[in-house]
Amino acid sequence: MKELKLMKGNEAFAEAVIREGVDAYFGYPITPQSEVIEYLMLEEPHKRTGMVVLQAESEIGAIHMVYGAAGAGKKAVTSSSSPGISLKQEGISYLAGSELPCVMLNVVRGGPGLGTIQPSQADYFQTVKGGGHGDYKLIVLAPASVQEMADFVEDGFELAFKYRNPVMILSDGLIGQMMEKVYLKPQKPRLTDEEIREKYGNWATIGHKPSERNIITSLELKSERQEKHNQKLQAKYRKVEKNEVRFEKINCENADYLLVAYGSSARICQKTIQLGKEKGINIGLLRPITLWPFPSEEINKMADNVKGILSVELSTGQMVEDVKLAVNGKVPVEHYGRFGGMIHSPDEVLEALEEKFIK
Amino acid sequence: MSNNITPEEIIKNGTLVFEKTKLMTDAHLSYCPGCGHGVAHRITMEVLEEMGVGDQAIGIAPVGCSVLAYDFMNIDMQQAAHGRAPAVATGIKRLYPDKFVFTYQGDGDLAAIGTNETIHACNRGENIVIIFINNGIYGMTGGQMAPTTLGGMKSSTSPYGRDLGMTGHPIKITEMMATLPGVCYATRQAVHKPGLVRKAKKAIRKAFENQKDKKGLSIVEIVSNCNSGWKMSPVKSNEWLEENMLPVFPLGDIKG
Ligand SMILES: Cc1ncc(C[n+]2csc(CCOP(=O)(O)OP(=O)(O)O)c2C)c(N)n1
Ligand code: SF4
Ligand SMILES: [Mg+2]
Repeated sequence: MKELKLMKGNEAFAEAVIREGVDAYFGYPITPQSEVIEYLMLEEPHKRTGMVVLQAESEIGAIHMVYGAAGAGKKAVTSSSSPGISLKQEGISYLAGSELPCVMLNVVRGGPGLGTIQPSQADYFQTVKGGGHGDYKLIVLAPASVQEMADFVEDGFELAFKYRNPVMILSDGLIGQMMEKVYLKPQKPRLTDEEIREKYGNWATIGHKPSERNIITSLELKSERQEKHNQKLQAKYRKVEKNEVRFEKINCENADYLLVAYGSSARICQKTIQLGKEKGINIGLLRPITLWPFPSEEINKMADNVKGILSVELSTGQMVEDVKLAVNGKVPVEHYGRFGGMIHSPDEVLEALEEKFIK
Repeated sequence: MSNNITPEEIIKNGTLVFEKTKLMTDAHLSYCPGCGHGVAHRITMEVLEEMGVGDQAIGIAPVGCSVLAYDFMNIDMQQAAHGRAPAVATGIKRLYPDKFVFTYQGDGDLAAIGTNETIHACNRGENIVIIFINNGIYGMTGGQMAPTTLGGMKSSTSPYGRDLGMTGHPIKITEMMATLPGVCYATRQAVHKPGLVRKAKKAIRKAFENQKDKKGLSIVEIVSNCNSGWKMSPVKSNEWLEENMLPVFPLGDIKG
């Protein structure tokens, strides 16, 4: 039976982590996502499911604990906010290179540097375009509600294990801190070693005879073999691009202008659609749910029927580059957004749209 | 003895006196001839074999000359980022408390870039074993100065000899770790002489027995040579180790 609760986004994520039957959480406190580890410590999930929760010495420590646990075939989670995610990039690159599944959460705050603890979407580049070294991709889910903060834990693990790839839930301080009602799924049991092997294959390092041993590594000193490994990763990424694009369309039929926005910015833009209607401007919203793979094809198709596209982000303009690539010059694409912890209002978005495309 | 005697005949006659542990692969070691890494690998694997726990062991390879340890150690292994092995080991051991988890790390890996991970794994008393190969230099990258490099010792980044006033003193990290309650056993060994190899193996055995008994973290430092990095013949490097390394890094148990 589903349970209805009023929760903060960060807490909903933490509760969903327990209910997913996750084996371990490793993290380090940072605003605006400390509620995740605080909630987990308070809930004592080791008593509920045997789940391990450990406060690491740093984000670097935490991500490499995730690497160890994931390499042992277990469901491992970490969460942080922007400066902490920067520290995790080394481990993220290793996870991607070694093809290890895990779910990570970034409750983004404004930067650069120590920046601000207020909400931001300025980590799009870091998350979608790499962040760490090497040619790799994270599967990136962008929640726009407290409900999705919870739901994406299960979705994230499905994708992570299906493709043996790290998954990032790219949230922000607004979604992490706000309270909404959330339906919680029933508790799943943690998987046994046998279930893990049956479900996901026998690749984990949990101790084997020499003839059956497993190795987790991203190292291949011979360039020909490293190139092959990269080709294998790229083939996997093409599969993900083909099969896993997710987005939501709101009021897109007969829209003259299209907003592209994710996460909290998409929530704000929903109100902009209403304000537009009152003024007789027909605006649609495409909300990418996966930021990678990006809904490029859909945006390209939609570009045939609108006069202009506005990428609305809580940043100085990052996703707009992908929107432009998708549109490929068919119609004008512009960016609008407040940044550095400031949040645009629905009116400001409408004003920007009028200014850029109508006036 | 006939020249065409087969290995089977030798064994049948009960004349077998030594056998390579099955927990070492047949791959050619990538180490320079005379390097201590190979011996340290072998005695670690012999201990696991003698304890009968090879199939319950998970090793963590570092970044350093022993980055390919998983090519030689015939057990489940993970390769960790530079210095992060104790964190990786923590992630595994917390989920598999009954398995045997160990890291194998060089001095640059453990005592420079990975100092934080080392200290906190030790302080949490993670029930793991750390095998720490201290050769006073960054072997893999071509012989740069390590935090363990001796005063006056030449390396490619201290070409006129390590200036202690400018770069600090050789760090005795095993002594530092011994101060932490989470560490149950801290010892310093060497493997450049047969007697010392036997002692080092005993120490490694004790470390894994500690893990079996859930006593906390054991760190076994092995003072080793790096003939390539030190730019000496293997024999000369062993003499140099005795004369110069051991006075600064004296052998013996530090704790436990
Ligand atoms: C993050 C990072 N920094 C630097 C390096 C380059 N690097 C590889 S091995 C090494 C030093 C290894 O020295 P040590 O741990 O003493 O091992 P040894 O080779 O002497 O056994 C360095 C600096 C790296 N691989 N990763
Ligand atoms: S460079 Fe030094 S540490 Fe590395 S294998 Fe050669 S002798 Fe051993
Ligand atoms: Mg070294």
